[in-house]
Amino acid sequence: MEKTAAKKQNPLSGLLHSQMMIPLVALLLLLGFNLLMDPTFFRITLGTNSDGNPVLSGNLISALNNGSELAILAIGMTLVTAATGGQDISVGATIAISGSAMLRVLCGTESSPSSLAAPIILGFLIAVLAGMLCGAFNGVLVAAFRIQPMIATLILYTAGRSIAAWINNNQLPIVPGKTFTYFGGFIPGIPMPAPFLIAVLCFIIIGLVLKFTNLGLYTQAVGINENAAKLNGLKPAFIKILSFVILGVCVAVAALIKCSRTSTINYSVVAQNIEMDAILAVALGGNSLGGGKFNIWASIVAAYVIQLLTTTLYKFKVSSDALPAYKAVVVILLIVFSAPVVKEKLSELTKKIRKPAKEVG
Amino acid sequence: MNENVVLEMKNISKSFPGVRALQNVDFRLCEGEIHALMGENGAGKSTLIKVLTGVYGKDEGEIFLKGESGAVSIRSPQDAQNLGISTVYQEITLCPNLTVAENMYIGREKGWRQNWKKINADTNKILESLGIPAKATQQLSSCSIAIQQMVAIARAVDMECKVLILDEPTSSLDEQEVEKLFGLMRDLKAKGVGIIFVTHFLDQVYEVCDKITVLRDGKLVGEYVIEDLPRVQLVSKMLGKDLDDMAEIKGEGQEYTGEGAGTKFYEAEGLQSTAGISPFDFYIKKGEVNGFTGLLGSGRSECVRAIFGADHVTSGKVKINGKGVKITNPLEAMKNGIAYLPEDRKGDGIIGDLSVRENLILAAQVLKGFCHPFSKAEAEKAADEYIQMLEIKTASKETPIKSLSGGNQQKVIVARWLFAHPEYLILDEPTRGIDIGTKTEIQKLVLKLASEGMSVTFISSETDEMLRTCSRLVVMRDRKMVGELSGDDLNQNKIMSTIAGGEA
Repeated sequence: MEKTAAKKQNPLSGLLHSQMMIPLVALLLLLGFNLLMDPTFFRITLGTNSDGNPVLSGNLISALNNGSELAILAIGMTLVTAATGGQDISVGATIAISGSAMLRVLCGTESSPSSLAAPIILGFLIAVLAGMLCGAFNGVLVAAFRIQPMIATLILYTAGRSIAAWINNNQLPIVPGKTFTYFGGFIPGIPMPAPFLIAVLCFIIIGLVLKFTNLGLYTQAVGINENAAKLNGLKPAFIKILSFVILGVCVAVAALIKCSRTSTINYSVVAQNIEMDAILAVALGGNSLGGGKFNIWASIVAAYVIQLLTTTLYKFKVSSDALPAYKAVVVILLIVFSAPVVKEKLSELTKKIRKPAKEVG
Repeated sequence: MNENVVLEMKNISKSFPGVRALQNVDFRLCEGEIHALMGENGAGKSTLIKVLTGVYGKDEGEIFLKGESGAVSIRSPQDAQNLGISTVYQEITLCPNLTVAENMYIGREKGWRQNWKKINADTNKILESLGIPAKATQQLSSCSIAIQQMVAIARAVDMECKVLILDEPTSSLDEQEVEKLFGLMRDLKAKGVGIIFVTHFLDQVYEVCDKITVLRDGKLVGEYVIEDLPRVQLVSKMLGKDLDDMAEIKGEGQEYTGEGAGTKFYEAEGLQSTAGISPFDFYIKKGEVNGFTGLLGSGRSECVRAIFGADHVTSGKVKINGKGVKITNPLEAMKNGIAYLPEDRKGDGIIGDLSVRENLILAAQVLKGFCHPFSKAEAEKAADEYIQMLEIKTASKETPIKSLSGGNQQKVIVARWLFAHPEYLILDEPTRGIDIGTKTEIQKLVLKLASEGMSVTFISSETDEMLRTCSRLVVMRDRKMVGELSGDDLNQNKIMSTIAGGEA
């Protein structure tokens, strides 16, 4: 009996000290701000789109919709960060590669074919394969050649978009047909945006993987103490490469959504700077960028916080050029407040406030 | 304050969340005195030192220093240094890639311009006056650990310290190096420096110290003049109970007589690894406890690392239970029933940020496979069981292992391997840097496991520990196996002469 009581208490007090605290507080602050400034921010309406399908619209829905790619990437980026203590800065460029490979399969060699050259599922599988290959390339550089992750992934960061253009002969093929647009828009009959549904599917899959395999334990062990992990029979190099390959799969899913949104791809701007937001999501989720312990859910919530911030700023008519500056200010505040040093000082402060008598005595 | 007293700490208290690390502890240090600070792991020695050096703030209490009027406030290591309190830690905290002179003067340069000629000359003078065999322009990493340790002390002395704290300075030194260090300590003592000496080695305490202060569970047990406190009493004061005779634990171990007794579990022929040891032959029988002995760097660890596949194995034949197998990496060794507790607990053993539970199940989990994680209930049950069995002191099984004391960390690692249910357990220096109580427990455990049929290799720098546990000793010298002792040959003299090369 005692045990169950203790367990029931734990979640609340546990949450207060957990990593989830930071992104959740940020989320509540943002929502609270919007509530104060303009309660209509929260309005969600059910309408129909041009095809006559029911669709939900509103600021919250658009944040959930547009944050999908980032949230999916945050999964892989969290794992890479945990295992290697470094980040992959090539994800934007590899989205271009992966997306380009998919279009090449779907459109054949024509730039605007009248019908699909291959089933969409085949195109997606090729995209996954391309993403995994890019991940494996990065992973081998990091794990086998012991190059710092940021330097190793700098290669694809630099070359990725050119490779993407080369795959399609520098053409911008347009995917024919409605079906392909579903992944970045709405599936007929379901009013929630499809990208969000895909993201939720990804969350469920990674949740199951973490529950039914030792991916979490192994990744953390390797990230915290590689030598000890090795002496316990783990293969650190394999775990690191695996984390990059998983990120590669995330990249392919993000590429599917990105391409589907426009039915085509623009090599030089697709998913531009998304790597920085993905790294930010990991940091904002309270994960150490030096590797080790991680919490994927915190990263995912943080990804949506970042997207909600963008949506909020747009709502207040901040021009897209000025957006990064505003974002930077908010990010600095969030990061500083979640820094361990500040946290420690804050908890000391609250202790002092709570027990002033003891301090005097 | 008494004329002679350089340092007085009064009523020091310090709490951490959930633990009262120090409760009203007093400590007094006189000029020209070597004062041992003794206690088990978790007794509060480190906390007291850290309060004194400004790493931790104290909750209550006052610190007085000779020459300072009133209580001094020490808020940072820098403050402590300015007040003449210097510390030399167990792990070298100098920069190995700088020269000796640079290390001596780093952090206390005045202005931007440095007269390196003068600094080098000064350094050489100090080194010479202290009898330290090193040169100012030598890179620190080219010196042995003992010399590095001494340079750290020289640095402290040169900063005109009144109080010198030596925190486990000898744990990585061999006997001759320890002697040199003691020589230096006696010189400093003659010069009037007060030295606080923290160590786990009782012999060393009785060799150099004048007084002993004993702490237990964060409380002061007492301050004693060394002559008044015989060894047995010291130990019982540290443990807080009368000592069951440690020398006789060997009698408790029953010889294994079960199935397969006397057959060889592991056998290697011409084993060699990239770690630079000569090819060696080795075997261990079921239920046998053997040991590797030799000076530091003689190749003890390299041998067992080769057996476990931790280093890259280049040649050799290995048989398990008479059947030929290949062991080229730790996982293969584990699958063949071999477990290895590494020498460097911090670097190779613990996964610091992970919980006690996660650390404990790791090896068994890896053996069980990637897709078959232990359920939460299974893992918790195992954790509870081993925490109880080995009496691991931890706030809970979810506490990060890095916040446990050294001895308890080591117990978790032992538990990790026991939970993997090996047939052959290799323990490389399992008792280094941990307290006497735990040491005895680990020795007893080894004998118990062997009596149940497990083969154990036990390596320790302390020969008497090996004499108590092992029935056969392999002697190493200069990365070669040079002898094997068993039966009546198992005594200090014989071991020493074999290590030295039979010229005793």
